[in-house]
Amino acid sequence: MSIDHATVRRIARLARLSVNDADLAHLADELGRVLGLADQLASADVAGVEPMAHPHERALAWRDDAVTQGDRADAFLALAPDARGGLYVVPKVIE
Amino acid sequence: MKFPIAQLAQDLRARKVSAAELATQALAAARARADLNAFITLDEPGALAAAARADAALARNEAPALAGIPFAHKDIFCTNGVRTTCGSRMLETFVPPYDAGVVERLNGAHAVAIGKANMDEFAMGSSNENSFFGAAKNPWDATRVPGGSSGGSAAAVAAGIVPFATGTDTGGSIRQPAAFCGITGLKPTYGRVSRFGMIAFASSLDCGGVLARSAHDCAHVLACMAGHDARDATSVDRAVDDYASALSTTLQGIKIGVAREYFGAGVDAGVGAAVQAALQQYKKLGATLIDISLPHSALAIPAYYVIAPAEASSNLARYDGVRYGHACKEPKSLEDLYTRSRSEGFGAEVQRRILVGTYALSAGYYDAYYLRAQRVRRLIANDFAEAFKSVDLIAGPTTPTVAFKLGEKSNDPLAMYAADVNTVAVNLAGLPAISLPAGFSAGLPVGLQLIAPAFAESALLAAAHQFQLATDWHTREPGR
Repeated sequence: MSIDHATVRRIARLARLSVNDADLAHLADELGRVLGLADQLASADVAGVEPMAHPHERALAWRDDAVTQGDRADAFLALAPDARGGLYVVPKVIE
Repeated sequence: MKFPIAQLAQDLRARKVSAAELATQALAAARARADLNAFITLDEPGALAAAARADAALARNEAPALAGIPFAHKDIFCTNGVRTTCGSRMLETFVPPYDAGVVERLNGAHAVAIGKANMDEFAMGSSNENSFFGAAKNPWDATRVPGGSSGGSAAAVAAGIVPFATGTDTGGSIRQPAAFCGITGLKPTYGRVSRFGMIAFASSLDCGGVLARSAHDCAHVLACMAGHDARDATSVDRAVDDYASALSTTLQGIKIGVAREYFGAGVDAGVGAAVQAALQQYKKLGATLIDISLPHSALAIPAYYVIAPAEASSNLARYDGVRYGHACKEPKSLEDLYTRSRSEGFGAEVQRRILVGTYALSAGYYDAYYLRAQRVRRLIANDFAEAFKSVDLIAGPTTPTVAFKLGEKSNDPLAMYAADVNTVAVNLAGLPAISLPAGFSAGLPVGLQLIAPAFAESALLAAAHQFQLATDWHTREPGR
């Protein structure tokens, strides 16, 4: 499995990770080797086999859409690098 | 703290020792073994306050089994008011405003947490070398890794700092370090232990559990940790067995399947010999050994290294520099805030897995990688279901080798992944498994892995306990 530099850049962009030019070559090589491992999956006969997403063969639990743990907004906003007036603050998005 | 939990509990009740004294001893032991780097954070005020509450409960004669027993939490469990880093720069200063479900349960039992144990960043690793806070060391040989990702937990128990520690196991992260450090590690059935407040890596695989010296100790701790938690949608609402009572079940008539794939070419001769000797001991104790095959075993690592990174890339998308965790300085734009915060906050292995997972889930590759891995996952689960039609337990070496040297595999991700060859299939199938000390190879501990059908933790603990009644591998201690 070989991964080209453009693909590494595209995937890194999707994952919101930056890749230095100096790291591109070895990252492409490493990703190629890990994905090469995954290519072994091609040897399995999976015709008619249902994908298994989860160990439990049952529906996930449901609950009412209601507040159960009280209003902790202040405690959680206190963790933010920047929060004002009860809101998370991010750099300006619209000019 | 090299005494069984049951004996410490007895001494606490007989007032031979107080919870405060045990906490002080454990903290002193942790500081005396700072060379092991087993802890990221020690919490002396919290431990002494918890010990005072335990001593009060003991004085009222209304103390639960674990009251006053010191222990360590893997630094993946959120602890209210105590820094929780997950081994990452991303969470270097993160102080959660709530407790994980497992933390609540152990607090409720008046067990005394002395601190947060070292681990591979976001539980991704098999050596503890991926920790932002530096590698933990193996107490048997400080030039070797303790295993991972629960490496600090295993090192702290093996060095006698605490009698038990919590851990998590996504692909072997309890069992592999337990094997490398000569202790007992139990990964319960997926869903048996609450994942609420347990920082997510791969949500369909992550499982909380325990590392301790013996199966007897593990039984006491699991009894406290296990049970339904409505805040975790994958937590199973099912009665918890009486693990301690089940320990006395003998091995008479128990059928143990010896999986031939687990003794493949990569298994070190010394490890193979120790495990075979342990199996002969099982035979002597009344078990029947049956040769079995798990034909899709070779595909477990490939399937795991698609599914786990895919889930990780999704779970770790939450670290954006906006709500909590590391944020870069002076972001030029929202995109810059996301990208630089993540690139600065995550280490190399975490970034590698995010990239692999992003690739496997990306348009055009989803069917060939993620969906195919999920189909193979079912074949692997079916192998176990088929085997359990004719055997009660499945046995093999936990790891193909003993603990390797620090730095030996840290530049080769594929060699590192191979350390999980006998453990990942269990997570894919969601089954319970235990690693117990089974002897030594070249002076280093060897682990025997036993695997059981879903929710058969009692059978697993009993089989391990019966072996430990007849052997003394689990009582061996590293020298200094």
